[in-house]
Amino acid sequence: MLTFGLTVLLDGVSYGMILFLISVGLTVTMGLMRVVNLAHGAFAMIGGYVAGYLTQRGCNFYLAALAAAAAAAAIGAATERTIYQPLYRKGELAQVLLTVGLVFVATGAVSEVFGAFPYPVVFPAYLTRPIDIGFRQYPAYRLFLIASGALIALSLWLALDNSLYGARLRAAVDNPRMARAVGINLSLLFTSTFVIGCGLAGLGGALGSGILSLEPAYALKYVVLFLIVVIVGGEGSFEGSFVAAMALGVIDTLGKYFVAEAAPYLLYAAVFALLLWRPKGLIPPRSLT
Amino acid sequence: MRGNRVVAAIGHALPWVIAVIYFFAAPSDLDFGTQVMIWILFAMSLDLALGYAGILTLGQAAFFGLGAYTAGLFALYVSTDPILGHLAAIGVAALFGALTGVMILHTSGVTLLMLTLAIVSMLSQYANRATDLTGGDNGLQGIRLSPIFGVFEFNIFGKTAYVYALLVCASWFVLAWRIVHSPFGSSLDGIRQNPHRMRAIGTPVWWRLLAIYTISAAMAGSAGALSAHATRFVGLSVLDLLTSGTVTVALILGGTRRLYGGFVGAAIYLVVQDWSAKISPFFWEFVVGGLLIATVLLLEKGLLDLGPAVLRVRDYWRAGQRK
Repeated sequence: MLTFGLTVLLDGVSYGMILFLISVGLTVTMGLMRVVNLAHGAFAMIGGYVAGYLTQRGCNFYLAALAAAAAAAAIGAATERTIYQPLYRKGELAQVLLTVGLVFVATGAVSEVFGAFPYPVVFPAYLTRPIDIGFRQYPAYRLFLIASGALIALSLWLALDNSLYGARLRAAVDNPRMARAVGINLSLLFTSTFVIGCGLAGLGGALGSGILSLEPAYALKYVVLFLIVVIVGGEGSFEGSFVAAMALGVIDTLGKYFVAEAAPYLLYAAVFALLLWRPKGLIPPRSLT
Repeated sequence: MRGNRVVAAIGHALPWVIAVIYFFAAPSDLDFGTQVMIWILFAMSLDLALGYAGILTLGQAAFFGLGAYTAGLFALYVSTDPILGHLAAIGVAALFGALTGVMILHTSGVTLLMLTLAIVSMLSQYANRATDLTGGDNGLQGIRLSPIFGVFEFNIFGKTAYVYALLVCASWFVLAWRIVHSPFGSSLDGIRQNPHRMRAIGTPVWWRLLAIYTISAAMAGSAGALSAHATRFVGLSVLDLLTSGTVTVALILGGTRRLYGGFVGAAIYLVVQDWSAKISPFFWEFVVGGLLIATVLLLEKGLLDLGPAVLRVRDYWRAGQRK
């Protein structure tokens, strides 16, 4: 029983880590810029495809993952400057439409270049084998996800809490007008945060491709999941999105083990119930309370 | 003033006249015309919820798909009468709209958007798994329909389907027109612009939203039923998020809050899709996405605004000359 519980926990947490890694950028940009970015999943997809392309040609997996983050960040920078900036002043509807348009463009481009079929990232051999973790054999890949996810989450948390950049970011999320008034360059902050968020999404897309498999429909298919993490956690709330991602990962895994038929509905039912109870998410930032 | 009224009357008559002319001018392409009609109705349903009431939704495919499956299943298992099947589809979609509306309309903005997306995903996953009911990937096949009113038979030339779709679309249009020009419609306008103030002056905001959401769901269900009847097939794609995205594109291309927006948008969308799909099966997604981005960035109110936009530029230029 304990073994089983631990397995569910490990499965859930590794899944949650990927959700967190991809969604954290979305959380921060939605909290900071109040922009509804449905195209966030497209950046994760781009990262995944870059990593897939490189590893299939024999490139080192870790270098490929870094390249994935860099590519997603670069495309993020380009789109932020050209497409997203005019969007900050527009309404939610315009934001939804434009970012859905971006998703279509990305989907079309990816299927044109890489084909309509799933596109695998080649993981190093030692990640694809199960390893002994004391009470059972467990896939090394999922342990790797937990470790790398925890490492990134921890460093993000430290950076946000201790650096000047983090302080500016938190100030801008909580009260953008006051932040501008005390001389924080919001425009620069927006761009840099957006770029970092896209880079993390690209990294997450590459690392997590063993769970969220890469295909042209990726950006549209999983965007609901990423949005759930952001909204359940509370827009702009770093801690909230971590908690939400873990909870969603574990709930989804529990569902798959116990009520396989109803698993997808269980997740959504949990979300509906939670939003009836706390419409602003688990840990909303101060600006929303 | 009188000139304006004449222009308005011509404007109103134009789409319907074109629809009638199309019937006689393109007898071999009536299937395409029927598709346009279905998407016009679908886009109009979205216009009520998204355009007028400001309900941020990408979940319209849920109602379209539910209507299509209901109509298909009704024809297969209950009765082949198309009118009864159509009414059943409208009823089921409206009921589902009301039920989900109760669950989601207390939220707004991104949260609402996410919940509508979740509802579509849930339904499509259900349809994908319940292969006994929906046929899964194979879809519902072998749908047979008896003649409408026992007289007008569905035939391979699609004449009946076209007229049927046109009449259904026109009836819904009249209803939608009455709704948006009623006091109820005005209150929706107010709710879109500022729900808090509307609540403060005593409007039951939640009930109004629920009402329009249900009506919009019924309309989308009706469009779904038309689609099932016209093609005698229902596939999983009716519940796809891409379907929601597509109808949004059709509406936005034409322009929201005009009711006629969908007419222009759906027609252009389907023509573009037809044309670009010939170049490459994936190219149309690219084109549609590009169109959407361009529309939002350059032409906020849709293609129907092109004319007025040109006039505004002209007036501006003239005003400049007078100085």
